[in-house]
Amino acid sequence: MRTLVIGYGNIGRLDDGLGPALAEAIGRLALPGVSVDSDYQLVVEDAVELAQHDAVIFADADASCPDPFYFRRLSPEPHLSFSSHSVQPAALLFLAADLFAAKTKAYVLGIRGYEFNEFGERLSGTAQKNLAAASDFLRNALCEGDLDKHCQAELKTA
Amino acid sequence: MAPKKIVIEPVTRVEGHGKVTILLDDHNKVIQARLHIVEFRGFERFVQGRPYWELPVLVQRLCGICPVSHHLAAAKAMDVIVGADKISPTAEKIRRLMHYGQFFQSHALHFFHLCSPDILFGFDADPAIRNVIGVIRKHPDLAVQGVMMRKYGQEIIKATAGKKIHGTGAIPGGVNKNLSIAERDVFLKDIEQMLAWGQGALKIARDYTVENLEKLAPFGSFESNHLSLIREDGAMDIYHGNLRAVDANGKKIFDQVNYQKYYDFICEEVKPWSYMKFPFIKSIGPEDGWYRVGPLARVNTADFIDTPLAEAARKEFMALTKGKPNNISMAYHWARMIELLHSIEKIRELLNDPELQGKDLLVKGERRGEGVGLIEAPRGTLFHHYKVDKNDLVTMANLIVSTTNNNVPMNKAVERVAMDHLSGKAEITEGLLNHVEVAIRAYDPCLSCATHALGRMPLVVELENSAGEILASASRGI
Repeated sequence: MRTLVIGYGNIGRLDDGLGPALAEAIGRLALPGVSVDSDYQLVVEDAVELAQHDAVIFADADASCPDPFYFRRLSPEPHLSFSSHSVQPAALLFLAADLFAAKTKAYVLGIRGYEFNEFGERLSGTAQKNLAAASDFLRNALCEGDLDKHCQAELKTA
Repeated sequence: MAPKKIVIEPVTRVEGHGKVTILLDDHNKVIQARLHIVEFRGFERFVQGRPYWELPVLVQRLCGICPVSHHLAAAKAMDVIVGADKISPTAEKIRRLMHYGQFFQSHALHFFHLCSPDILFGFDADPAIRNVIGVIRKHPDLAVQGVMMRKYGQEIIKATAGKKIHGTGAIPGGVNKNLSIAERDVFLKDIEQMLAWGQGALKIARDYTVENLEKLAPFGSFESNHLSLIREDGAMDIYHGNLRAVDANGKKIFDQVNYQKYYDFICEEVKPWSYMKFPFIKSIGPEDGWYRVGPLARVNTADFIDTPLAEAARKEFMALTKGKPNNISMAYHWARMIELLHSIEKIRELLNDPELQGKDLLVKGERRGEGVGLIEAPRGTLFHHYKVDKNDLVTMANLIVSTTNNNVPMNKAVERVAMDHLSGKAEITEGLLNHVEVAIRAYDPCLSCATHALGRMPLVVELENSAGEILASASRGI
């Protein structure tokens, strides 16, 4: 089982850096079979990486979801338009499936953030707690190996 | 009857968030058409008070689209600050490789995924088909090429800048790493494939322009000045050189200007309806001194290109206008693909240069208090200008980004298309509105970059009267 964790967001925009911070936390664990990547935003060539893995987890900050995070299965969706500023995870999944015949399972780990509208390389206090909860959750899920089992609409605690 | 206003907001398939407004009179004649930039972040203030050595990394927060351009422009300005008048050959070649990698991926993305739907399906085609998904379904080979070319360029950036986020490769006075033999060999393995795909992309853009010339020549077109960096021998050089500006007929307005004194030649004007400034050539004035930058301008200003395939393409391109500057807005696509081919030729040349494995990475000299870094970003000339105090803190920053340089031309293109294609029409269809966006897309603007903010791109079109009452509206998802 080859699993890819992609954390994305602008680490210079406070809590928007939750995705890369999650990727960094998981990367430090050096879990077998788990690769980690991070970027400002998703880009079309990520579809190539997706296609080379059995499962992918998109980790991103979410400005409106319930605390502390959610973990959901993702289906491919053809989006009519995108730029390198805004490629959605479902669109990437579609690209990987359509262009490279990928059968990659995909999941979204959305971590609640609160402060986005200033410059600064730091996470708000509550976002840090949510990050810790999300990291613990994902570590356990990856170690167990059955990601589907951990999917649910919302996780109130972790 | 009061004038009506059409709003296209945001413009789609461009990088960032912009808005077009078109005012119509009671006979649906276009009175005014403008491209507005509706985001603002004021990055120049943010960097004040930061240590100068942070800037090459810090400025990458300006935009996730072309962080390499900002990284290198800031590093070049900091070279001046630390007195590194000539960085080592290895450092320059590593930076160039990074930059050509960026050009290659940026131009590939724009051509294959942002503008190709218009080219392959037509401006008026059903929007359900005229999109990147339509390209994937009808031309999967091209879509795959676009993705793989983009990945190739991004991997070069990663290898030379150190990492994808906040790359640290270029530092004041040089670089912090070279390219290992192992890293080089990975890129050499695929170089011929990339070259072949680059030639294929050029052929598509060339054939499309030539075969549709009657329609494309007037589309959003106008005569203009053109500005770019140029090498001392007149060759196109996207990394370093002096400034050259030519008028619509190719007459030089200025040439081989040291960009450390750019402000003696270029001014910026502010207008109340846009957050983006309006640069112009000082000696001509704001009315007629505006200019175009980017692929079209670079091909127009260059005497030659120093790689054989791109030079052959340039000659054919210039022959179309009998050696005079090409002022056709839609010719940007052809020029862009000439540059894409040039970039991959240069990448091949650099990969075979043993100096990429050199160990002499950093030089320093006499410390200065002010420095300007200029680079040709994929979208055009990028200016970074800083002042630094005795405590090494930045006290002043002025940025003129590529898209800002093209502000007036994009407005001219919008106005021309609105006049030619929308004016007097009883019904303004989605296809007609797309004509306006096609003209903007030719410039490949990064509107986020121009105002230093990241944006999203759903599209809402509203028809309003002058009192702001919405007469009709439609939206387009992404």
